Amino acid sequence: MSSTTATAADPPGADLPEHPDFLWHNPEPKRSYDVVIIGGGGHGLATAHYLVRNHGITNVAVLEKGWLAGGNMARNTTLIRSNYLWDASAAIYEHALKLWEGLEDDLGYPILFSQRGVLNLAHTEQDVRDSVRRVEANKLNGIDAEYLGPDDVAKICPILNVSDDIRYPVLGATYQPRAGIAKHDYVAWGFARRADAGGVDLIQDCEVLDFVTEGSVEDGAAEGTARVTGIRTTRGDIACGQVALCAAGHTSTLLDRLGVRTPLQSHPLQALVSELLEPVHPTIVMSNAVHVYVSQAHKGELVMGAGVDSYNGYGQRGAFHIIERQMAAAVELFPIFARAHLLRSWAGIVDVTPDASPIVGRTPYANVLVNSGWGTGGFKVTPGLGWCLAHTIATGELHPLIEPFALDRFVTGALVDEHGAAGVAH
Amino acid sequence: MQLITCPWCGPREELEFHYGGQADVRYPDNPQELTDEQWGHFVFFRDNPKGPFAERWVHSAGCRRWFIAIRDTRTHQFLSVHRIGEDQPQIPEATR
Ligand SMILES: Cc1cc2nc3c(=O)[nH]c(=O)nc-3n(C[C@H](O)[C@H](O)[C@H](O)COP(=O)(O)OP(=O)(O)OC[C@H]3O[C@@H](n4cnc5c(N)ncnc54)[C@H](O)[C@@H]3O)c2cc1C
Ligand SMILES: [Zn+2]
Repeated sequence: MSSTTATAADPPGADLPEHPDFLWHNPEPKRSYDVVIIGGGGHGLATAHYLVRNHGITNVAVLEKGWLAGGNMARNTTLIRSNYLWDASAAIYEHALKLWEGLEDDLGYPILFSQRGVLNLAHTEQDVRDSVRRVEANKLNGIDAEYLGPDDVAKICPILNVSDDIRYPVLGATYQPRAGIAKHDYVAWGFARRADAGGVDLIQDCEVLDFVTEGSVEDGAAEGTARVTGIRTTRGDIACGQVALCAAGHTSTLLDRLGVRTPLQSHPLQALVSELLEPVHPTIVMSNAVHVYVSQAHKGELVMGAGVDSYNGYGQRGAFHIIERQMAAAVELFPIFARAHLLRSWAGIVDVTPDASPIVGRTPYANVLVNSGWGTGGFKVTPGLGWCLAHTIATGELHPLIEPFALDRFVTGALVDEHGAAGVAH
Repeated sequence: MQLITCPWCGPREELEFHYGGQADVRYPDNPQELTDEQWGHFVFFRDNPKGPFAERWVHSAGCRRWFIAIRDTRTHQFLSVHRIGEDQPQIPEATR
């Protein structure tokens, strides 16, 4: 007598998506593609998806040196928000947030997008002024934002310590109700599944080593006349029409091969999770001043992050004292975390720029686009960036939302300096 | 956390030190003659190698002196440390 009744509710997890093995093929690389995307993280996969969906371009390969979306996509803390200060940033992140709001339907795949809001805490008078300014700038850009005092902050997140006897008391916070989190792996798999179904070749275990060029910029070819005609990979040479570099922390190692300099620096960025706890933390809380941010994952882990480790590195691990400081800050802000156990910690490699904004757009090679420098905060832009990059590849015209992020701003001085607004990004 | 060898004080914990980025980035000799592009590169552009990197560290919680380290950015391992101006550090060719 073991049959289940027809009225039994689905067991927990019954709505989880299929195992990724069945979600895409593992094709052999063809010898030539119209578009080659380097890097199979969220950005590369989203770009491939929108090339198919918005432009009908399907002769596309995504080359990934490891396993699909095993880089920063698998390692980030999944915070999504659009409350940036400068117009250029607000515009692209808000474009992305609007896409997130319809992404589950678009992909036909669950991504557990949960708009639970974000509080960005203010701990000093200067923080308060900056926060109020940012809220007003957000409103002018049509982005949902409010400034809240400590009592209202405590209503939204009751476990937060808003007493005034801690080292850096909470003086207030900005609040963006539409901000949230999503399940990063499902997001990548959803994009991969749709791109694959549209005919894109997703090629794992395929590291890009070098480029075949026609007229090298290093050898003095005029800008715009040099081209990349082929990609040298661990699985042979692949000819390409257009190239999009979406290799996150490794962009400058690839551009070095082309003799193109960028002001990118690669750093370890760590995150950690606690053991599973019952739901205690209803929103996302970020604090740049004491440097920690926390959300609670769907399963129950407290997910925490901080800033980058100070030194350059590609080792995908960081220093222990960073974790110690971040945990000290977390326990002061959330006294009930004191007994939570740390389950695991890890690091990704993020590429940061001097003005804390990305470098996206043209390179001195006519058919090579770069997408880099999203630093600690590029998960949230995934659909928006993919949309804009696909548009640029398909039409040959820079999408207006990425135009402000060109490499030449470090010479013209037209910086999009988000340090003031975002400090620690994410 | 790892031990970093200060060339004056010997091995100390990493958290006594601060990072100063790429070593030997010199202020231009003739600043007034630089193009905008050259200025942009001087101010913002630094090497970002995957492998040995000559960089500046300061022993901020110790002797407070700056020094040069050759560190492998793949492993974070310090290959050598040098007093400034002493012996010009060479990045081992084989590991480049
Ligand atoms: C700990 C941590 C927390 C973060 N938290 C947040 C957050 O809360 N919110 C947010 O918005 N962002 C966050 N980020 C940042 C975000 O993860 C990145 O900005 C974003 O993932 C970058 O784009 P991507 O997804 O394409 O990168 P990746 O997923 O890193 O994709 C790049 C891919 O390129 C591949 N690659 C590299 N070199 C080569 C080569 N030579 N040949 C072939 N393939 C190559 C890599 O293997 C990798 O899979 C966080 C990052 C980290 C590390
Ligand atoms: Zn010393």
